[in-house]
Amino acid sequence: MRATTRGKVKVLSGNQAAAQAAVLCQPDVVAAYPITPQSEVVEELSRFLAEGILKAEFVEVEGEHSALSVLIGASSSGGRTFSATSSHGLLYMFEAYSYAATLRLPIVMAHVCREVAAPNTVLCSQQDIMLARDAGWIQIHCASCQEILDSIIMAYRLAEDPDILLPVNICYDGHYLSHLSARVEVPDQADVSTFLPANKLRECRLDPDKPMMQAPYLGGKLFTEYRYKHCLAMQNALQKIDYLDEEFQKSFGRSYGGLIEEYRNEDAEIVLVALGSAASTAKAVIDLKRDEGVKVGLVRIRCFRPFACDRLSKALKGAKVIGVIDRDVCFGWNTGIVFVELRSLLNRLRMNQPMVNFIAGLSGADITKDHIERAINNMQLALHGKFGPEVTWLDLE
Amino acid sequence: MEFKTKYDGPWVDIDRNDLLTNDVGDWRYRSPEVDKSKCSLCGQCYLFCPTGCIEDRDTYFGVNLAFCKGCGICAKVCPSEAISMKTGGHQ
Repeated sequence: MRATTRGKVKVLSGNQAAAQAAVLCQPDVVAAYPITPQSEVVEELSRFLAEGILKAEFVEVEGEHSALSVLIGASSSGGRTFSATSSHGLLYMFEAYSYAATLRLPIVMAHVCREVAAPNTVLCSQQDIMLARDAGWIQIHCASCQEILDSIIMAYRLAEDPDILLPVNICYDGHYLSHLSARVEVPDQADVSTFLPANKLRECRLDPDKPMMQAPYLGGKLFTEYRYKHCLAMQNALQKIDYLDEEFQKSFGRSYGGLIEEYRNEDAEIVLVALGSAASTAKAVIDLKRDEGVKVGLVRIRCFRPFACDRLSKALKGAKVIGVIDRDVCFGWNTGIVFVELRSLLNRLRMNQPMVNFIAGLSGADITKDHIERAINNMQLALHGKFGPEVTWLDLE
Repeated sequence: MEFKTKYDGPWVDIDRNDLLTNDVGDWRYRSPEVDKSKCSLCGQCYLFCPTGCIEDRDTYFGVNLAFCKGCGICAKVCPSEAISMKTGGHQ
C-alpha cells in the first residue's frame, strides 16, 4: 500500500533504521554500549546527537548493566528512554533487565539477535533473546528494515499505555537485518509526533515534590499481587498490539498483521511457523511450492511475548501438519524453543495435528531456500502419514 | 479480583504511609494479650518494643497486631504482669 503521509525514502540498514526511529520518537535519555552486530545503532545515535538532531541526554556508559540501569533511573523519573543491545550485552545487563520489567517501566530497547557463546561467535541466532523470554518484557520480532523503524514507533505507544506500562524489545536478526541495506520510508517528524504524542507524566515517578518509594521489600501475598498484575498487563498488550497495527496503517499506510503475519495461509494444509528474517525466505519458497500445487502457508510470529494464543489458534486451526523453524535450541527438550511453546498451545486447545521441528541458522548459518524446501518436503511426507524424526537439524543432515 | 495495592507497579506513596501494607504480623506464632485492668500506663512496653507497635490507647497500652512479630519483650518488661504471650499467630 502507498504511504499516505509525507516522508523521505532512504536506503538504510536495519541498525540505521532503528537509530532513525529512536530519533523520531524524541527520547529524553539514551544510554547504550556498542556490541557487534548492534554497534552501528550507537554510532548513528552519536552522530545524530553531534548534529543536534537527537536532543536527548546521551549517557556514555562502561557496559550494558549500566546502560539499562541509567534508563531505569531516567524512566522512573518519567522520561522517555531508548537503548539497544545484543547477545552477551543482554546477558551482562540481565539483572537490570528483570528490574526494568517488574518495575513496570516503559523502556524501549532494540535487540539485535545474536548467538550466545561458546564456541565464540558474533553471528546470528535467536538464542540470546529466547533466554530472556520469561523476564517480563514484551518481545516483537521484525522481518524487514522498514518494520524495525515502524515497530519502534509503535513500541512507545504500547509501552507507555497506562493499561500496559511494560518495557518492549524490538528484535531483529543480527547481520541478516542489522546489516542489510534496504529501502526505508522515513516518516515526517510531525506525523510521528501526531501518532506518538509527548510522554505523559505518570503518577508513579521519582519526584522530590511528591515523594514515592520504589520496589519496597515485599514477601508473599503482596509480591504475588504485583506478579498477577504484570501478567494482566501482558494480556492487555495482546489486544493493544493488533489495535496499534491498525492505527499505524491509518496514519502511515503500512501494516504488519499485529501479533502475527499470515502468508498464503487461507487454505493451507501445511503451515510453517517462523520468526524474523527466515520468514521472508520462507515466503519465496512458499510461492514456488504453491505453483506446484502444494497447499502450504506461513505464520510469522511477530509478538513472541506475550504469546499470541488466540490469533495463533485461529491461524493454525485448518492446518494438517505444523512445522516450526527454530533459530535457537531448547536444551533439555532437545528441540527448539518456539516449538515447545507452540506444542504447549496446541495441547491447551486440544488440537493434535502432527508437529515437526527444524533447527537451522545457528551462529550465522544461512537459512536458505534449500533449507525451507527440505522442511516443506518433510512436512509433505508427514501429511501422507510418513513421519520422520520430531526434530530435524537442517545443517547436520 | 480485589487488589490490596493501588498501583500496577511496586511503588509506595510515602504521604499515604502505604508502607504499612507490608503486613509483617503474619510472621508471628504467639501473640501478646493485654489485661487492661492490670495496665498501670507506665509505658515500659511502649519504650522497649523493638518494632514500635505498642499504641497508647488512653486507658491502657495496646498492640498493633498487623505489625507485632510476637517477640515477647513487652510481656517480659511489664512490671504489672499485664501482658501475657498466648500461642497463636496472625488473625
